[in-house]
Amino acid sequence: MKPLKTTTSGGGKAVEVRGLAKRFGETKALDGVDLEVSQGTVLGVLGPNGAGKTTLVRILSTLIRPDAGTARVAGHDVLTQPRQLRRVIGLTGQYASVDEKLSGRENLYMIGRLLDLSRKDARSRADELLERFSLTDAARRPAMNYSGGMRRRLDLAASMIGRPAVLYLDEPTTGLDPRTRNEVWEEVQRMVADGATVLLTTQYMEEAEQLADELTVIDRGRVIAEGRIDELKAKVGGRTLRITPGDRAELPRMLAALAQAGLDGITGATADEADGTVHVPVISDEQLTAIVALLGARGFSIAGIGTHLPSLDEVFLALTGQKAARSSEFEEVGA
Amino acid sequence: MTAKRSVPVEVGDGRPVGVSTVTAAHDGRIGLRANLRHIGALARRNLMRIKQDPESMFDVLLMPVIFTLLFVYVFGGAVAGNQHAYVNYVIPGLMAMMGMNIAMAVGSGINDDFKTGVMDRFRTMPIARSSVLIAKIVVEIGRMLVATTLLLVMGFVLGLTIETSVLHLLAAVGLGLVFGASLMWIFILLGLTVKTAQAVQGLGMLVLMPLQFGSSIFAKPTTMPGWLQAFTKVNPLSALADANRSLVNGGPVAHSALLTLAWAAGITLVTAPLAVAKFRDRT
Repeated sequence: MKPLKTTTSGGGKAVEVRGLAKRFGETKALDGVDLEVSQGTVLGVLGPNGAGKTTLVRILSTLIRPDAGTARVAGHDVLTQPRQLRRVIGLTGQYASVDEKLSGRENLYMIGRLLDLSRKDARSRADELLERFSLTDAARRPAMNYSGGMRRRLDLAASMIGRPAVLYLDEPTTGLDPRTRNEVWEEVQRMVADGATVLLTTQYMEEAEQLADELTVIDRGRVIAEGRIDELKAKVGGRTLRITPGDRAELPRMLAALAQAGLDGITGATADEADGTVHVPVISDEQLTAIVALLGARGFSIAGIGTHLPSLDEVFLALTGQKAARSSEFEEVGA
Repeated sequence: MTAKRSVPVEVGDGRPVGVSTVTAAHDGRIGLRANLRHIGALARRNLMRIKQDPESMFDVLLMPVIFTLLFVYVFGGAVAGNQHAYVNYVIPGLMAMMGMNIAMAVGSGINDDFKTGVMDRFRTMPIARSSVLIAKIVVEIGRMLVATTLLLVMGFVLGLTIETSVLHLLAAVGLGLVFGASLMWIFILLGLTVKTAQAVQGLGMLVLMPLQFGSSIFAKPTTMPGWLQAFTKVNPLSALADANRSLVNGGPVAHSALLTLAWAAGITLVTAPLAVAKFRDRT
């Protein structure tokens, strides 16, 4: 029987969080958080260290109990139906939650058995996921000998064994090098294409932009902004094109030339004197091409050119008018 | 199952989600068969960890050899006049001591084990949380059986004789395992409570030494001062050692054996739920 594909427009809420609060001693880790994740979509939860991201994920996976508020996952309440809830979730943390001393295959087999698969099914499911996550060659080696990326992939595979309806990815690429990070992103994108609902926490705007449909920005346990990625980008500013003229004295002339040309979005162009660059908000790829063509046609010499995404700091600056708090240590509770 | 449960999120190979939910009861409780399967899978994990780290078996393999040689040859002459007479006194006692030492190792092992990330995964899975602890105990009982067997082999080499029957000997082994398992709950609770494995060792030794030596394991309490005799009388290790001795050498068993079982039941009833609660709430 071929199951029905989850339709993206189903509108059902896979995760519903209302007024969630949790304090650890004097510190309010979560201070009344509301959020929703629609079925089959990816919600990015963006925030600095100490914002409450991990606390949120730990409550949603029944590892800790909230002090106030409600949270439902696939219709199951975290407080009153934890057993049912555990059947529909998968969790991948920033620290790989696999048994280091067991081989990749043994880890996946064990989890299959704990999810009530028969021996045969547990074996074939393990092999299937090892294959999918390119771990077949390393299947018999203990996980402690895996590279960081392999471990994270094994962790993702472990979360997928029960085909969870809702997957939590808690900072899935923190501490990974760029190449490995891309591997993890590709895997997540595949899962999403296959219909998984994902709640992703991250410190990186770039990661949220790559993976998430909607974004909730939290800081010190509170939601400070939410919406579709493009809406938020409009608010905080999206990509900027940065052009460094070959001769710094050309800066005003370059800016003037761009302004005259009357291209889309060019009105936002500014010159950064200290930096010696012209900044242009990027609206579309066509606009980028047009700008480069224009500068070339006018004979400007260009020493450097590139697009730049707002960093977490810049997002916070735009949303709150203040720098992101990075000092709190309590966020990684139990980590 | 609720409607949401069966949302066919399909991942990978086109089979529907929820393979694992078929056997679940409506309220998500874990049935007995599923529970046994989970304990089996987790026990297998503990065995694989031993295989990966064979040095963790050193205690079980060396302790019986060193203990028997040490106590029989160092104390034998002094306590019982000659080594041969002491073998039949001390070996049944050492069976009791073995359980205590292995139980302590469980406490320090669990402290390290439970700091690893995989415990978070277990806690987010639809399994009874007690099964993680019970699996550990099942494997440790196996280790204890290995140690006891070695101890008896050493005993026979040094001249141990069974005055009763093999069945009596097996009963002694069984009694030791039951009591040892109850001690494991204490040390699991301790291991989940204190911060480091070293602290478990330190605290464990503090409790272990007086309990082991203030008992009838090594010497007849009648040679001890009154206050110490009083302590050995209430010491459950004395009861176990006495029961084992009677089972091996003949003599009245019922009182000491029942006392041992009562202690084991009492300890388990108090500490096992506390340990499971501790495991559940540890974040």
